[in-house]
Amino acid sequence: MLKQIALGLMLSCCAVTMVNAQTPKLGGTINAVIQPEPPGLMLALVQNGPTQMVSGNIYEGLLRYDKKLNPLPGLAESWTVSPDSKVYTFKLKPGVTWHDGKPFTSADVLFSTEMLKQTHARARNNLSKVEKIEAPDDLTVVFTLKEPFGPFLGIFEVGSMPMIPKHIYEGTDYKTNPANNKPIGTGPFMFKEWQKGSFIRLVKNPNYHEKGKPYIDEIYWQVIPDAAARSVAYETHKVDVLPGGSVENFDVPRLSKLPNTCVTGDGWEFFSPLAWLWLNNRSGPTSNKLVRQAIMYAIDRNFAKDVIWNGLGKVATGPSASTIKFYTDDVKKYPFDPAKAKALLKEAGYKGEKIRLQPLPYGETWQRWGEAVKQNLIDVGFNIETIATDVAGSNERIGNWDYDIAFTYLYQYGDPALGVGRNYVSSAIAKGQQFNNVEGYSNPEVDKLFADGAVATPDSKRKEIYEKAQKILVEDVPVAWLLELQFPTITNCKIKNLITTAIGVNDGFRDAWIDQ
Amino acid sequence: MLTFVAQRIVKGVVVLLAIIVLNFFLIRLAPGDPAVVMAGEAGASDPLFVAQLREKFSLDRPLPEQLFKYVKGVAQLDLGFSFRQQVPVAKLIADRLGATLLLTLTAFGISLALGVLFGTLAARFAGSWADSAITVAALIFYATPLFWVALMAILLFSVYLGWLPSFGYETVGANYTGLEHVLDVGAHLIMPAMTIGLFFMATYTRMTRASMLEVQRLDFVKTARAKGLRNSVIQRRHVLRNALLPVVTLAGVHSGTLIGGAVLTETVFAWPGIGRLMYEALLQRDYNLLLGVFVVCSAMVLIFNLITDLVYRLVDPRIEFAS
Repeated sequence: MLKQIALGLMLSCCAVTMVNAQTPKLGGTINAVIQPEPPGLMLALVQNGPTQMVSGNIYEGLLRYDKKLNPLPGLAESWTVSPDSKVYTFKLKPGVTWHDGKPFTSADVLFSTEMLKQTHARARNNLSKVEKIEAPDDLTVVFTLKEPFGPFLGIFEVGSMPMIPKHIYEGTDYKTNPANNKPIGTGPFMFKEWQKGSFIRLVKNPNYHEKGKPYIDEIYWQVIPDAAARSVAYETHKVDVLPGGSVENFDVPRLSKLPNTCVTGDGWEFFSPLAWLWLNNRSGPTSNKLVRQAIMYAIDRNFAKDVIWNGLGKVATGPSASTIKFYTDDVKKYPFDPAKAKALLKEAGYKGEKIRLQPLPYGETWQRWGEAVKQNLIDVGFNIETIATDVAGSNERIGNWDYDIAFTYLYQYGDPALGVGRNYVSSAIAKGQQFNNVEGYSNPEVDKLFADGAVATPDSKRKEIYEKAQKILVEDVPVAWLLELQFPTITNCKIKNLITTAIGVNDGFRDAWIDQ
Repeated sequence: MLTFVAQRIVKGVVVLLAIIVLNFFLIRLAPGDPAVVMAGEAGASDPLFVAQLREKFSLDRPLPEQLFKYVKGVAQLDLGFSFRQQVPVAKLIADRLGATLLLTLTAFGISLALGVLFGTLAARFAGSWADSAITVAALIFYATPLFWVALMAILLFSVYLGWLPSFGYETVGANYTGLEHVLDVGAHLIMPAMTIGLFFMATYTRMTRASMLEVQRLDFVKTARAKGLRNSVIQRRHVLRNALLPVVTLAGVHSGTLIGGAVLTETVFAWPGIGRLMYEALLQRDYNLLLGVFVVCSAMVLIFNLITDLVYRLVDPRIEFAS
C-alpha cells in the first residue's frame, strides 16, 4: 500500500516535470477564423466581438483575470487599495513601449480613461464612480472613487479598458485618426495587413515587454462567412483555431472527434453569456407575473441543452450565471412542468391572446431553439406567432419594446454590478437602446439592492445583498432565463497554451506556442 | 454607331439616377439603422452612444438633405463613406470588383462556350445517346440549387480528394508570384466559377439545341444542302450563326444577374467579391456602401446591355442601330 502511494507520488512528480519540460518552441504561424469580419480594429472606438478577439493581441489593459476572475498583473505590475476602498494605486510595469517605440507611461493611462469616457459606452459606465485620476509619476496611477465600488478591480481587462497611445490620439478627431486603420498598442502582436474580405495579418512584436514572448511569428485571422465552410476549413487544416461560436453548435461534436483536435470550454468565465427570453412586462399577457411563471414551467430547458446545444452549457437558475461572483442557486426552482404551467395560465385568466415570439437571427442553432420554445409554449395553451427578422430589425424591435417574447443572450462581465443589474433596475429603462432593462421591470426593492450592492463593503455584505436580489427576481420572472451558454474553442492540438485567462482568445496569443 | 452609343449613355445616366433615388428610400424602409446594429454588436449602449453614431453618420439630418448630398457626391464620382468600415465606399468596391469580375466573367465565358458547344453537339446528333446524355445533364444542372452544388463540390474535391482549396481567393501567407500566383488563384477559382457556370451552361445548352433544331428546318438550310455544301459548313455558317441570336439575347440578360447570383457563391466559398460586400452591407444597414454597390452593379448592367446590342450587330449584320 505504502509502496503504491510512493509510486503514485513519484509518477505525479514525473508528470509535473514532464509538463514543465515541455518548453515552448519558437516560431510558426497560427491560422484562426474570425467571424463576422470586424468593422475596425481600434478597440476604443469599436467593441464588437470580432474586434475584441483580434485587437486583444494589439492592445492591452492594466489587468488580466484568471479563470476564477482574480486580477493578474497586466500593464500594471502591482496595485494597492486604501482601507476605505476608495483609493486604488497602480504601479505600471517599467520598460513597456508602444509599437512605434515610444514609452508607455501613466500619461497614457490618464489619456485613455478620458478618451474611453467619450467613445466607449461600457467604460463610461464603469468609470462613473471615479472622482479623479492622478499620475504622481511616470509609473504610478491613482484612481480616487466618490464612494466604494465593489467591482472596481474588475474593469481593467483589455476589452473594457484598452490602453490607447496619447501621443497619437491627443488633440485629434478620434473617429478619423489615420491610426485607426493601423492600430498601435503595447500588445504581443503588431498589425501588419488587412485584405478586406480575406484576412487580417498580425506579426510578432519583437520588443514585447515580457521577454521571450510571444512565441509564434504571425497570426492570420481568416474571414470565412459561411458556417459550413468554416468547418471544412478546419477539417482540411487550412485553419488551426475555431474560436467559440465560430461553427454551428451541431458541428461541434463531429469536429471534436477529428484526430489531433482539442476542445475546451474555458476562457468565457469573464463574459459568462446567459441566454434568456425578454418578456414584455408592460403590456399583453406577459405583463402578468403568473403568465411569466407559466412560461418558465412550460419550457423544457434540459431538452434545449441536450438536443439543441448538444449537451453544452448549463440550465440557468436565475439572473446570475453560476460562474460570476455572488451567484446563488438557493432560489425558487422552475422544473419542466407543463401541467403546472397550464394551471398558472388558467389562474391568470389567459384567453388565447396572440403572443409574438422573436427568435435570434444568429444562425441555425438559434432558429431551432426558437422552434422548440414555440412548441413548448403551444403545448401548454399559448397562442404563439413567430416573427422573423434580421439582426438590425430585431435590435430595433427590442429597443423600441415592440415585442412580446424575444430571445437574447448577454454577457455578465464577472460581477452583478457590471453585467446583471443593468437588465433589471428601473434607471436602466431607456427606449431605443438594447441591452438595458428592455422588459420594463420596475421594483423599488430590487433597485435599492443593486444600488447598495455596488458600493457595499466588504464582499460578504455584497454577497448577502445580491443573494437577496436573486431570490426576488427569480420569484418575479421579469425575463425567462434559459441557459448559461458554452462556446467551446476548437483547436489543433499542436497549439499549446492558447487559453490562459478568463477572457480566453480575446486575451491575445501572447502565451501560445506551436509544438511542431 | 457613335451617336447610338452616346444616346444610350445619356439614357443610362437617367436610369441610374432613378435607381439611386429609389434605392435610397427602399433601404431606409428596412427597420433598424447602422447605429442600432453597431450599438447591438457592442453589447452595451446608452443614449449618448447611439446619438453619437447617428450624428457621425449624418443620420440625424432630414432625408431630402441626405439624398441631395448623396446624389451630389455620386455626380462627382464620390460614392461616400462607409459608416461601418470607416473607409471610402469607392475604395471598398474597387478592392473587391476585380475578384467578382474574375469570377463572374470566367463563369460566364465557360458557360457560354461550353453551353453553345454542347447545344450544337446535341442538335447535330439529335435523338442519339449523346443527345440524351447532354439533355439530361443540362436538366439536372438547371434544376439543382446552387448552394447544394457548391457544398457537394467542397465535400468531394476539398474534403475527400483534397485536390482543390475550399475557400478564399489565394493561399493566404504563401506569397506566390508570377505563374505560381496565377495557378494558385486558378485553383481557387475552379469550384466557385463552375458552381455559377453550371446553371447558365445548362440554359445555353438547351437554348442552343432548340434553336439549332428549329433553324435546321428552314428553307435556306435546305437550299444550302441542295447546293451541295459540306454539312460542317452548313452547321457552322448557316445554322449556328442564325441559331445564336436568342442565345445572345439570353446571355445579355444574364450578364446583369451574374453579380447578384454571385452573392451565394461568394459567401459559400469566402470569395472576396462585391456580392458578399453587398450582402454584408445589407445586414449591417451600411447605407452608403449598399447604395454604392447598387450604383456600380446597375452601371455594369447598363454597360453589359450596351455590349449585347453591339454583339447583335456582329452576329447578325442585318440588325441596324436604331437612331
